[in-house]
Amino acid sequence: MSIKTAALAAAVSVVAVSSAMADVKFAFIDPLSGPMGPSGEAGYTSFLLAAEHINANGGVNGEQIEVKGYDNKVNPKESLVQLQKAIDDGVRYIFQGNGSSVAAAIIDAVNKHNQRNPGDEVLFFNYAAVTPDFTNDGCSFWHFRFDAHADMKMAAITDYIQGQDDIKKVYLIGQDYIFGQAVAAAAESQLKEKRPDIEIVGNELHPLAKVKDFTPYIQKIISSGADAVITGNWGADMQLLMKAAAESGSEIPYFTFYGGSLGAVSALGEGAIDRLYQVTEAITNLDASDEQYALIEEYKQRFPEYDYYYHRAFNALNMFKQAAETAGSNDPIPVAFALEGMTYEEPYGTATMRADDHQLQQNLYISTVSKDVKYGVDNIDLGWKLLDGGKIDAAAAEQPTTCQMERPEKP
Amino acid sequence: METIVFALLNGVIYGLLLFMLSSGLTLIFSMMGVLNFAHASFYMLGAYFAFTIMGATSFWIALFLAPVLVGLVGAVVERYGLRRVHANGHVAELLFTFGLAYLIEEIVKIFYGKTAVDYKIPSLLDFPAFTIYGASFPAYRMFMLVIAIGMLIGLWFLLKKTRAGLIIQAALTHPHMVGHLGHNVPLIFMTVFGIGCALAGLAGVIAGNIFVTDPAMAVQMGPIVFVVVVVGGIGSLEGAFLASILIGLLQNFAVGISASFADIFWFTGLSPTSEIGDITVSSLAPVLPFLLLVLMLIFRPRGLMGEQEL
Amino acid sequence: MSDTTQSYQNIAPSGAAKFRQRILPFAVFIAIILLIPLTDPSRTMYALMHQMAIYIVFAVAYNMLLGKGGMLSFGHAVYFGLGGYLCMHAMNWIADGTGIWGSFPTFFLPIIGFVGGGLAAIVIGSFSTKRSGTTFAMISLGVAELIFAGAFMFDSLFGGEQGINGDRMNGPEVFGLSMGPQSDIYWFMAFWTILAVIAMYAFTRTPLGRLSEATRDNPQRVEFIGYNPQRVRWLVFSLSGAFAGLAGGMSAVNYEIFTPEALSLIPSGFVLIMAYVGGITYFVGPIMGAILLTYMSSMMSDFTEAWLLYLGLMFVLIVMYAPRGIAGIIFGIWDGIRGPNAGEMMRKWAVQLAGGLLMLIGLIVLVEVAVRWSNGWGEAFEPFGLHFTHGSIVTWIVIIVPLVAGGYLLRLAGREKEEMPA
Repeated sequence: MSIKTAALAAAVSVVAVSSAMADVKFAFIDPLSGPMGPSGEAGYTSFLLAAEHINANGGVNGEQIEVKGYDNKVNPKESLVQLQKAIDDGVRYIFQGNGSSVAAAIIDAVNKHNQRNPGDEVLFFNYAAVTPDFTNDGCSFWHFRFDAHADMKMAAITDYIQGQDDIKKVYLIGQDYIFGQAVAAAAESQLKEKRPDIEIVGNELHPLAKVKDFTPYIQKIISSGADAVITGNWGADMQLLMKAAAESGSEIPYFTFYGGSLGAVSALGEGAIDRLYQVTEAITNLDASDEQYALIEEYKQRFPEYDYYYHRAFNALNMFKQAAETAGSNDPIPVAFALEGMTYEEPYGTATMRADDHQLQQNLYISTVSKDVKYGVDNIDLGWKLLDGGKIDAAAAEQPTTCQMERPEKP
Repeated sequence: METIVFALLNGVIYGLLLFMLSSGLTLIFSMMGVLNFAHASFYMLGAYFAFTIMGATSFWIALFLAPVLVGLVGAVVERYGLRRVHANGHVAELLFTFGLAYLIEEIVKIFYGKTAVDYKIPSLLDFPAFTIYGASFPAYRMFMLVIAIGMLIGLWFLLKKTRAGLIIQAALTHPHMVGHLGHNVPLIFMTVFGIGCALAGLAGVIAGNIFVTDPAMAVQMGPIVFVVVVVGGIGSLEGAFLASILIGLLQNFAVGISASFADIFWFTGLSPTSEIGDITVSSLAPVLPFLLLVLMLIFRPRGLMGEQEL
Repeated sequence: MSDTTQSYQNIAPSGAAKFRQRILPFAVFIAIILLIPLTDPSRTMYALMHQMAIYIVFAVAYNMLLGKGGMLSFGHAVYFGLGGYLCMHAMNWIADGTGIWGSFPTFFLPIIGFVGGGLAAIVIGSFSTKRSGTTFAMISLGVAELIFAGAFMFDSLFGGEQGINGDRMNGPEVFGLSMGPQSDIYWFMAFWTILAVIAMYAFTRTPLGRLSEATRDNPQRVEFIGYNPQRVRWLVFSLSGAFAGLAGGMSAVNYEIFTPEALSLIPSGFVLIMAYVGGITYFVGPIMGAILLTYMSSMMSDFTEAWLLYLGLMFVLIVMYAPRGIAGIIFGIWDGIRGPNAGEMMRKWAVQLAGGLLMLIGLIVLVEVAVRWSNGWGEAFEPFGLHFTHGSIVTWIVIIVPLVAGGYLLRLAGREKEEMPA
């Protein structure tokens, strides 16, 4: 019906053709319907394109790869049903990112599966679920995270706020589950340390993906007299929050993890300029090679409804390729050992998969919305522009870990 | 103070919207004894039809055409579906509408996709109406208020001042008597069902763009509408009106209050870090309507203004 | 006096009839369950069968309420979920190994689910079963939404968005089952399914089971003969909740996770559809419904995106045309074949079957073509090497002709029925 699905279909059919001879199967377990559906689809399309590029360049160790989508409706139990289905389909690698509640369930299930089915192990590549615990106390050898976790992103935001003397009151709003709670806790402790004079005037958690009208929440934010809002909201919760903020006409700046969520910028329109901030591992308007620009343009042309946002999806698959070729095998255990401590030259710098906790260390960028950009988002002329001093080197963004990794025997 | 004013405004608008949905359901329920599970699905259809019509023409045409179309769909459902299962009793009717809700959702998914459609506020109404306490109030919400009040007056006029309204009112409480008097009761049923669905469709047209138009909107709205009907009482539009406003205000006020149980029940020594002490009033908002429903059914089964027990 | 006694004896079933009607079906049921592992099922098959086992117990438990007790509930997943949640907590207590839990095998967790579901049903039933009919249905809906929404407030009990998870491979082993691999879980499922189904069948034979049917049909008369219909409803409701909790316990062990969605209206609606499609007037109806719908939900979703549409359509058609469900159709045909005018009936069914099949073909082509059209992926529906696109006239002929012809045949068969002497 729409251009979006037509383009998606084109991609699906290309992958479907190659799937006949696919040797390495990846399951993409994320919402593909419901309120968070667009969020999952934006990730899925990124993986499809990344897989296509790898296959076009001869695959991995001579084998073709296939990414297949499994709709989990952001529900942990449904995700486990889909995980079982994927494993039965012969999948050895799992991608998931939307929802730390789901990621926690998958980590637990993958641990159990690998313990109960030796020789049939699966690896979980987490591309967006950023609750810090997964690479700290709750770490697992079978889990690799390709996105900076909440404490790292919050450190970037609080470093910036530290220099903004006119911010005296901060309001925290987030989704009521482990991720939202982790964001709120990180904001509270880091602000206390870096700017003890800042008063936290509100700490609100709302249900995940259920609120349709954020007007009452925005009302509370306005009446609290906040100078800035920090939120970890993503997907529809981010878009609708911005829709309500735009309606209210308030001019409070928002510091976000996922301001780049589909539709958030267009909901605010020009009101987003210098008012919406996000911290990410990349933005399209950074200086890059021609090759990278070509990739961004190809993605946009193939999937016009989405923007090149999930840069980490490309990183994750390319790092898999590099690891598998280093190990000389496409099997999970050798790949996992090869990934540990591996460095990868990504388009915007060097990324290292820290062996201690399987947390990718990469540069972070704080950006805000501007008109003066190469690539817009949401099909309008506004896009993300790097702040002055907004680049945070991987070393500066690094956080300590409490992980005690238990490893299987090295083959 | 500003919290109260805004909660009041939003609460009344939400309440009127609920009334638009529940008035049709109350009419249908009182007259035919059918608790129409698919009623909220007609609300969803209204939003989707409006989205399509707006894409082809304009919002203003959609505002009139979409409810009419939804009403026609409703009349067809009554004529060829409900009337057939009527012979098998109320449980069969309930189950039929339950299955219908399922079916409509799936058909919508096939036609419009599984994710939300971009149903926008008409640009003519996309401006702030006024600003109070540093926050602006969108004109579209005022427009919703006007439409809802207009519907209220129209419905009141239809029921109280026209002959058809008199017959409908009589059929609400004494359908057999109306039949004996020579009126075509099945036709009345079909008309009322159609009008009820059209009202739900109208609610969908004006609410779909301010909330979200997606296939889940029926499931989310459905149970709340039941609450309104039961709390208001059978056969009582006034009751449904009171219940709608009550629930609209209740939910909007609850969200606006950040106080936790520990703050409210401080005298009991409840710790703010304990599980119960930590619950805030705003997180109670989604629970309140159902609490009201269960309490009402136990202690006053005829609802606020109903004349007979459920 | 002696004459009447005589006649009662005459209509009582003979020993052979008792065996055929009561023992044989269960013997066959058990034999099938015991023989399945010999076919060496794949992991997918095991997963499917475990899901079926859970839903068989849940659907039969639900039917104690709807079929036998006449209580339509829109929130029975509450007891399934609360029982299951209690089992998840028990599973974690077993893992901690404190006190008595250290020696409790996970194999027997469904007992905990039974107790949990039962207790919850006793408490909630104490007020909800005071009423019947639509009021009861509404209370069940309200309670379900209340508990579902409230579950997100008590994270230590329900785990919030994330749910509660555990590991079933703890505690002592029984019957030499480690509870790890799927094949071990199969025996766990088989044990509890057989036990629960037999127990629920036995319940229908007890005086209380009989009374519950009487209360469904005519509560006033039950009162006249000295029983309290409210109390009967409460007892039946509590037992039904307990067996639902047992199914929840089976689910807890199978998935090792419970999330608040398990308490919501969606699983409640699904079990209602299962029981009704299978046929609520028969004991085996819900079993058939559970097997069919579980199969559809996991297998048909691989063939067609529109499987939920087919499911909804099937449900609506059964409500409209076959209120006794699939079991009713099967037993109707069975009785018809053995009845006096079998030839006449067979001819009518043949016409109906042909009409139904024709309409089905037209409908499937319509739905599948519509799905692909709306997806906009330019795909065509290609069954058996045929090629249907929404643009071609052939497609619409293939849709319309069978629909019209099938509809005509069904009308013909329907008219014949009216003409047949009563």
